[in-house]
Amino acid sequence: MEFADILHRCFRCGYCKFPNNYQDFNCPSYSKFRFETYSPGGRMWVLRAWLNGELKTTPRLAEILFSCATCGNCVEHCVFPKFKDDILHAFLAAREEMVNQGTVPPAVRDYLKALQVHGNPYRLPAGERGKWQDGLGLELYSGQEYLFHAGCVGSLDERGMKMARSVAGLLKKLEVSFGILGTKENCDGNEALFLGEKGVFNSLVERNIQEFQSRGVKKVIALSPHAYHAFKNDYPKNSYPFEVFHYTQILAMQSKKLMGLCSQPGLRITYHDPCYLGRHNKEYQAPRKILKSISGLQLLEMGRVKENAFCCGGGGGNFFTDLLGSGPESPARGRIREAAETGASILAVACPNCAKMLEDAAKAENLEGKIAVKEISELIQEHRAEGIA
Amino acid sequence: MENLFKELAQIVGPSYVSNQPEERFIYSRDPGTMEPREPDFVVLPATTDEVRKIVLLANRRKIPLVPMGGGLVLSGLSRALKGGIVLDMKRMNRILEVNEKSRYALVEAGTSQGMLQAYLKKNHPTLKHSVPDSPPMATIGGNVLIHGSGHLSHAAGFHSDMLNGMEVILPTGEVVKIGSCSTSPYWFGRAPLPDLAGLFLGWFGTTGVVTKLAIKLYPNRPYQDVGVFVTEDPELVPEVLYQAAGVQVAEDITAWMTPKPDWAKGFQHININYAADAPEELIWKRNLIRASLKGLISRKVGGFLPLPPPMKKNFLEAPQTTLAQFADVRKGGGFEYVGGIMPIDLFPRAYRAGIDIAARQGTTYSTGARIIGLGHCMMFFFAYPFNRADESDVDRARRALEETNREVLEMGGIPWKAEAPAQKQIIGRMDPHTLALINRVQSMLDPQGIMNPGNWEVR
Repeated sequence: MEFADILHRCFRCGYCKFPNNYQDFNCPSYSKFRFETYSPGGRMWVLRAWLNGELKTTPRLAEILFSCATCGNCVEHCVFPKFKDDILHAFLAAREEMVNQGTVPPAVRDYLKALQVHGNPYRLPAGERGKWQDGLGLELYSGQEYLFHAGCVGSLDERGMKMARSVAGLLKKLEVSFGILGTKENCDGNEALFLGEKGVFNSLVERNIQEFQSRGVKKVIALSPHAYHAFKNDYPKNSYPFEVFHYTQILAMQSKKLMGLCSQPGLRITYHDPCYLGRHNKEYQAPRKILKSISGLQLLEMGRVKENAFCCGGGGGNFFTDLLGSGPESPARGRIREAAETGASILAVACPNCAKMLEDAAKAENLEGKIAVKEISELIQEHRAEGIA
Repeated sequence: MENLFKELAQIVGPSYVSNQPEERFIYSRDPGTMEPREPDFVVLPATTDEVRKIVLLANRRKIPLVPMGGGLVLSGLSRALKGGIVLDMKRMNRILEVNEKSRYALVEAGTSQGMLQAYLKKNHPTLKHSVPDSPPMATIGGNVLIHGSGHLSHAAGFHSDMLNGMEVILPTGEVVKIGSCSTSPYWFGRAPLPDLAGLFLGWFGTTGVVTKLAIKLYPNRPYQDVGVFVTEDPELVPEVLYQAAGVQVAEDITAWMTPKPDWAKGFQHININYAADAPEELIWKRNLIRASLKGLISRKVGGFLPLPPPMKKNFLEAPQTTLAQFADVRKGGGFEYVGGIMPIDLFPRAYRAGIDIAARQGTTYSTGARIIGLGHCMMFFFAYPFNRADESDVDRARRALEETNREVLEMGGIPWKAEAPAQKQIIGRMDPHTLALINRVQSMLDPQGIMNPGNWEVR
């Protein structure tokens, strides 16, 4: 297995479980399951034992492996600079092994099967992909400055579609030149890659590159930080180079047009950094810049933000497989409680996965009356002063 | 066994009990060199009542019970030497009370050092607790119970000296309060009552399960500094420690000696950390410390090292994150160490012993010491890195560990948080009446012999 040579170098000191101020556990799977096996260090040692033949492949081992949300907190906080960057790579290599053995958890198998057969995890026909934008009057891509990529969640999930409509609608009002692919859009493949299915990922890369190349796409706006990450970091640079932006980066560029927005006085907001925008790609400022453009708004930061943000639990395929999803100790429920403790009445998000995970968590925690989960563009649209854009 | 699983699941919920091979594997070992010993079950209790029910069940079934905190002692104390149940206490991590004026915190035993540190910083920024140099995952309960030490140990002694009181589940299931909390709603200390804390401190979980404890807090002064005194002569170090400690202004005094990097080889470095409420006070304290060592400086046998800012920042950090990196010296994820508790006079002998043992075992080393109290004693550590993937290297570190334990005892020290073989070495030298008393206490408290059997085994 690739990266197997780093597994024995983990001391299991546990710095990887924490944010830098140690306020609480910051590894989503450890935080939920609380057995050492579900911590990054435990996972390293268990994997080594598996490769050495000391442990067999079992459903438990598969759950340990696939419940990692790939949030990157362990990479960020590991104190061993010589191998920390490869911790996640090792977990992904192990997932790949399990995919090849055919021993993944049923939920992972079902996700990958749906993606392979239907091109999306919702098992919906391609014709459904463009419906999210019905009535918005968006143009199909035909040489505009940007291609807007809604992704599977933005195109096919009810909450994601609401967000995609809001973001695309705002971009249109701000006169950003963009088009969409509608039914021709493909999954970006981030989840397939992070679930260890490189074959499916590579075929999605090929289809996307072909589509982009044939239409001459030079710049892509990704709705989802997961797609942003995949396009930016995991697509081969040599085949067809294109620039990629997360939508908050585009909105931040338009912040002058947003300066006239105003909230009701004293509106208190907190912001949740999505792992694939923040920790994985170090973009912490763009979303905050947009929020700060709304005058009268008070940004109350949680204790765990930016490189220390606590994942909602939806990364690494867990949004679909739900290995971390249920119960009061689920990461999303922990995160919504933390958000509510700031005294904010709104939790702003910038990722369709986070939006759904945290909205569901607010319901489960009976916090809906106290804190509302809103995506950044939805917030802006609500507070759009007349005449702006 | 299936029935036992069901009974445990009824107590803690099915999500928090496991007899799966993966958990049995990971809880059979710690990061040190001790051979793995598999538990039959791992259980994660969340409340005192759950612990009490588990203890009663274990008692009824005569099943060994091994309490575990952070699992970072490196000497395998939370391995299930005779099978049974490992109780991972880290779900019991609530911070229950901070009394600002009386400067104490009441926490559940599985509260991590890091969480208490963060909680105090956020909610009581003028207070701090003595943070050990173990990673932040180490628990408050575990560290107090093994007589740990930390960044305020020069000022206030072992962490067990900073204990105000405890809630303990006895091996027979009774919930007992130790200290002022037994009689008063406050957890202010152990005096003036008969001090029963000694029945549980240093016993490695063989006399009960501690579920709550109160520890002393100290002023968190905003201005901090560190001076590093350096000498090439180990014989001088006891004098350095005696003089620097005698001033009584330092919070922490530690020594470190390492053959790498090259510039550090052959030097004895003594870090003196101090803190103040105002810049003038900091300068005054610095001057007092320097004055205490003036004689040595004027004899040109030692002096203060100019510290580059990154190094100073590192020395002021609690815990020092760089310490764990020693585990990767041999690119192998491990180090083993003996902490010998001993008088500071033994410093030169301990230092030489560490170098000799490392040379004999063909390994590298790092040695150092933390001064406890005003130099009343020290915890002298001998650390040997090893490559976990190379069994012969692990053996080398294990042999170095055994030899160091013998040497520490030979010179008059006592190995700290001793692993089971080292406990046997200690027992072999112990006064027979002391042994008999330990035996009587164990038999009285734990008639079934269920608590962490294989440790302090004198029966």
